[in-house]
Amino acid sequence: MSKSQFVLERSGLEQLLQALKNEGYVTLGPTVRERAIVFGELHTLEDLPVGLKDWQEGGTYRLEPRADPALFGYNVGPQSPKQFLHPPLLRLLRASKTAQGFEIVSETEPLPKYAFFGLRACELQAIQIQDQVFLGGPYQDSHYKARREQVLILAVNCTQAGNACFCTSMNSGPKARAGFDLALTEVLEGDRHYFVGAVGSGAGARLLNQIAHRPASEREWNQAEALVDQTARNMGRGLNTEGLKELLYQNLDHPRWEEVAGRCLSCGNCTQVCPTCFCTSVEDHTDLTGQIAERTRHWDSCFTADFSYLHGGNVRVSTRARYRQWLTHKLATWQDQFGSLGCVGCGRCITWCPVGIDLTEEVAAMGGVHVQNQP
Amino acid sequence: MNACRLPGFAYWTYMVNLISHTPGLDPMLPRPFRVARAIRETADVVTLELEAPAGPPLRFDPGQFTMLYVFGVGEVPISISGDARKPERLVHTIRSVGLATEALCMLRKGGVVGVRGPFGSRWPMEQARGGDVVVVAGGIGLPPLRPVIYHILHHRKDYGRVYLLYGARTPSDLLFTEELKRWQHTLSHAPGASPVLVTVDRAEGSWDGAVGMVTSLIPNLRLDPAHTTAMIVGPEVMMRFTIAELRKRGIPEARLYLSVERNMKCAVGFCGRCQLGLQFVCKDGPVFAFSQVRNWMTQKEV
Repeated sequence: MSKSQFVLERSGLEQLLQALKNEGYVTLGPTVRERAIVFGELHTLEDLPVGLKDWQEGGTYRLEPRADPALFGYNVGPQSPKQFLHPPLLRLLRASKTAQGFEIVSETEPLPKYAFFGLRACELQAIQIQDQVFLGGPYQDSHYKARREQVLILAVNCTQAGNACFCTSMNSGPKARAGFDLALTEVLEGDRHYFVGAVGSGAGARLLNQIAHRPASEREWNQAEALVDQTARNMGRGLNTEGLKELLYQNLDHPRWEEVAGRCLSCGNCTQVCPTCFCTSVEDHTDLTGQIAERTRHWDSCFTADFSYLHGGNVRVSTRARYRQWLTHKLATWQDQFGSLGCVGCGRCITWCPVGIDLTEEVAAMGGVHVQNQP
Repeated sequence: MNACRLPGFAYWTYMVNLISHTPGLDPMLPRPFRVARAIRETADVVTLELEAPAGPPLRFDPGQFTMLYVFGVGEVPISISGDARKPERLVHTIRSVGLATEALCMLRKGGVVGVRGPFGSRWPMEQARGGDVVVVAGGIGLPPLRPVIYHILHHRKDYGRVYLLYGARTPSDLLFTEELKRWQHTLSHAPGASPVLVTVDRAEGSWDGAVGMVTSLIPNLRLDPAHTTAMIVGPEVMMRFTIAELRKRGIPEARLYLSVERNMKCAVGFCGRCQLGLQFVCKDGPVFAFSQVRNWMTQKEV
């Protein structure tokens, strides 16, 4: 057993929340709001969805009670860290009119320091993918960078798979392997309730030193590993990524695009809940006096008509073209653009699609191998 | 599959280092420029010559574009239409087609424009050296190609026969008519040659020139096709037909270049709107070798 593998009791985890607060973090984690698990500020462990599980299927999301008091007994909700690192609405600049033209008013408001409590492995991979989009190219998004570089991440390994999950196909989970400061596996064994953890960074090690913990025994570690292994074997869905890019490039004219367009509402829900979708619009406007101008950036979607607007018309008029753009971007062109798939297998786009369109099924219909729901 | 594997720890450490050590200006902040001269070219096209009131001029290469911002109104991508050897005057030629372009076209001397850039890829001026050059422009496609003509004029001996084929809707839509006349002589490679060939879709007034598609000018060009480079800007349908016609003349596909337009909000690869298949028009383009975009441009609604 490596020294970095430790065990926390529930009280130790409670101390961790306090330690984060002492270090000036705003701690964001899963909370229940409007019958869904969304990110909220955590003050105590009681703020977590204690003893709840989620039931997810295409177009379906329900919270239900569990038989045990698990703190992390559910999968991902509609929101992801994207909400905070790449905010849905962001002011890019303010300018005021002057006799000489205009001048930029600099922003001085300090950013909050976020600690993410309970991120899943797929979400860590999504952050890494957005790092590549916003920081890995010739230009860097200073807004993303400023938020990203002060983030602290406490990951939680999944001990159950959701019906919409396929992280094993996308090689992103269920176990967090990199990109965290601390990672925990929740174990409920009879009367015992503990968390087996690993340290992922110096910041994680410093935090750990502030709270009650002890080295993990081999049995405890194996127990945690077994739970994660079992999760990996119970994925609700699967997607064969072998030759996926070529499959989609060769099928830009496949009749399935027309078929799925008949079901797709072009609402853009999939792009809003997707933890990697990054497309935005930028709008300029002034106040009523015309003296102060602002530029804002907001999440947009390749499913909107305006998205591809050029003078004289839109490039992607049909839903067929918009769905094809989204899916081929996620699973094919993303690989050429950023060196990875744009999908992490979290299943949000399946759950939150109002008509339950399932990208794993669509790919299968194009000739990929569809893995049916497993028991 | 390799492409979807989570990168190892070394990669992650690299990313974290990259994050904490990279300084840099926000590429979304415009820099104010002043209108030194506004030239009305046609009923709906204006050329703006801009000067930086402070700081260095904005250096660019032929083919690049900037994002032009009108205070409180909006921002649009516009190709630079000036001479790269004279960066102290940043020149754009703009057709009024929407809110922001209309506001730009209404600016007068002394007006202020926010400028970001320059962005994007360049025309293949180096690769084209030593051979013939065919420049094909449709409508407002001529301004992005004017820096190419200026470059060739500055380095005329580096290029063989040079042709500018230019099509406009009507004679009154023709841009840079005085320069076109001058180029007829200055671009010429031999006495009596006519390097500038102009055609209109619809003749009007006293027009006695060619009428028809710009592609109809291609079959009669005297060229060494294997060593000819073509640079094309116009509506996509015009570019597709032009490419087909140039291929018929035996110009290798690898020597065909074009500049593509897509909706664009950031110009730096963040907004995602300008994707043409696997290419981002803002950072991989707008100038592409045809082979880079062939598979996508032949599909509808990409």
